[in-house]
Amino acid sequence: MHLGAVDWGVICLYLVFVLGIGIVSARRAKSGNDFFLAGRAIPAWVCGLAFISANLGAQEVIGMGASGAKYGIATAHFYWIGAIPAMVFIGIFMMPFYYGSKARSAPEYLRMRFDEKTRALNALTFAAMTILNSGISMYALAKLIQTLHVFDGPFAALGLPQAWIFHGAILTAATVVLVYIYLGGLRGAIYNEVLQFFLIVAGFAPLVWLGLRQVGGWEGLQTTLGPGYTHAWAGMAHASTNKLGVDWFGLSMGLGFVLSFGYWCTDFLVVQRAMAANSMSAARRTPLIAAGVKMFIPFIVILPGLIAIALTSAPDHPGKAPAAAVRAGEIVQHDPGVIPIKIDSTTGKPMLDARGQPQLDYDLATPNLLLRYFPIGMVGVGLTALLASFMSGMAGGVTAFNTVFTYDIYQAYIRKEAPDGHYLMVGRLATLFGIAASVAAAYLCSQFNNINDFLQLVMAFVNAPVFATFLLGMFWKRTTGHGAFIGLAAGTLTAAIHHGLTLPINDAPGLKGGWLGVMQTYPSEMAQNFWIAIWAWSACFIVTIAVSLVTRPKPQEELAGLVYSLTPKIVHEKGPWYMRPVTLGVIMLTLTVILNLIFR
Amino acid sequence: MLFDVRLPIGLLFLAIGLLVAGYGVLGPTTLSAGVNIDLIWGGVMAVFGAIMLALAALAKRGQLDPPPED
Repeated sequence: MHLGAVDWGVICLYLVFVLGIGIVSARRAKSGNDFFLAGRAIPAWVCGLAFISANLGAQEVIGMGASGAKYGIATAHFYWIGAIPAMVFIGIFMMPFYYGSKARSAPEYLRMRFDEKTRALNALTFAAMTILNSGISMYALAKLIQTLHVFDGPFAALGLPQAWIFHGAILTAATVVLVYIYLGGLRGAIYNEVLQFFLIVAGFAPLVWLGLRQVGGWEGLQTTLGPGYTHAWAGMAHASTNKLGVDWFGLSMGLGFVLSFGYWCTDFLVVQRAMAANSMSAARRTPLIAAGVKMFIPFIVILPGLIAIALTSAPDHPGKAPAAAVRAGEIVQHDPGVIPIKIDSTTGKPMLDARGQPQLDYDLATPNLLLRYFPIGMVGVGLTALLASFMSGMAGGVTAFNTVFTYDIYQAYIRKEAPDGHYLMVGRLATLFGIAASVAAAYLCSQFNNINDFLQLVMAFVNAPVFATFLLGMFWKRTTGHGAFIGLAAGTLTAAIHHGLTLPINDAPGLKGGWLGVMQTYPSEMAQNFWIAIWAWSACFIVTIAVSLVTRPKPQEELAGLVYSLTPKIVHEKGPWYMRPVTLGVIMLTLTVILNLIFR
Repeated sequence: MLFDVRLPIGLLFLAIGLLVAGYGVLGPTTLSAGVNIDLIWGGVMAVFGAIMLALAALAKRGQLDPPPED
């Protein structure tokens, strides 16, 4: 891949602005409140876009493009079922407790509501998961830069071995993110996330436009790929009749309820963005504004995958007709297809699936489409969009990590009473440590071929039970600290045991499951992930209730502002009707239903 | 707010947009799917940048962004 001077110009401009925002934000990062909470002074629309952007990391842009190529438009379920309802729920029902309690982090809310040990368990698992998440972003960036040969020229000019490109890419991305968070804290991260959001859209929207022109629009995609790819709800009645390998119950309970609510309603990475808002009303509107944008993200991240697979099945240059008649929906590898065949890095040979067919490297669907259709100039914009997405994803994780580490681990267990400046320094050191640990995690990530499936698995272990804890904590005043702690532990343990006893079909026991012995096989890894989540959540829910009923609850006066029934309701919503959370929530849900109907 | 985030967004989009559109006009003509995407999209980005700068200027004169209500 050859980059022109204009492409380097675009990338350098981006880096200058990102670092500049960090440097300017540093002027106001003088206290813990500034560094960790952005002074609680950010308007709703900025928080809302940062909320989206922190999730537009590697797993989103590359993973959703890969899933789009593999599973088709059904991948949009991760948005329309797997995000919007949960985002509406947190905005309307949960944000009053997060923002109103003045907790500085989600684990700190758990300490206020329950006890120290529940906070510790949540803080430690969250910190570990967040580092993994950042590592995934970093790994994806480095692998991509290596595969696209973007740094080949500069490395050759400096006389460095090409094998160092992977390490160089990781080091560069890590350093830039480190600088702007170290200096600017959460404010630097949020401002950059908004900038990155617009750059991501600017990079991928024209790709979809050009791609659709090439394949003959949406109708062309439907003709080339067939209904299995272009209808989100086709065959969802039974697990064996759709590409995801899940039925409607597994989808709506596993993804739509447990995983989705577990992530969007409890994960501090997203909640932190809303907690930085300048008022309760703005905090509640943050996830709702984000939902309004989120529901359209599939069109820029999933569609490139569908376009890429369409151009892989049917090559875009005439004169090379396929040898045999191809049925709609069947994938035939052409040369040169947009999606390459997956090559085993140790043997250098193509990787085969269970039927002996070569596997496609779906993770390259979106990047390869970009290289094929963007000329010099736009390639710079496209690569900047990729860089922006990786950095926003990583920064989201790092800011959440430094806050949880400083307040929920360091201040809670290492040094309780210290001046504010001390914690500010610890936060900066935690940023440094968090990024170093992410780099280590990045090297772990090369084990899995689909980043998205991997992330779902991690979330199923850690996040699935957590939502039961928050739900019971916020809406059932009888829930006790012992109940929450034992329930959480039981949920995570159940997830691990379920993973150990089940296996996706065609996989060998090991990292994919079945390490305790295979009791059940699932049609796909995704189905396994959804069911792990369902089991983990149910175990946590039931065990929390059972233990709570036999242990002593906190006195009611200590729970005001933390539990629904003991908190004064917000009756008078100020501002015009379109600013009210409930109205906004109804609008978002209605729009989501309409999108599902259009792409049913 | 410390500074209006629309300001850096506007400046960056204007700069990138003009750079890419300029290359689309002056550089060798390359058509993707039949269009000069450098010129078209560079133009779109520059216009977006200008709108962001205009919004930031309006906000500075107090015509946008009501103060937080609680």
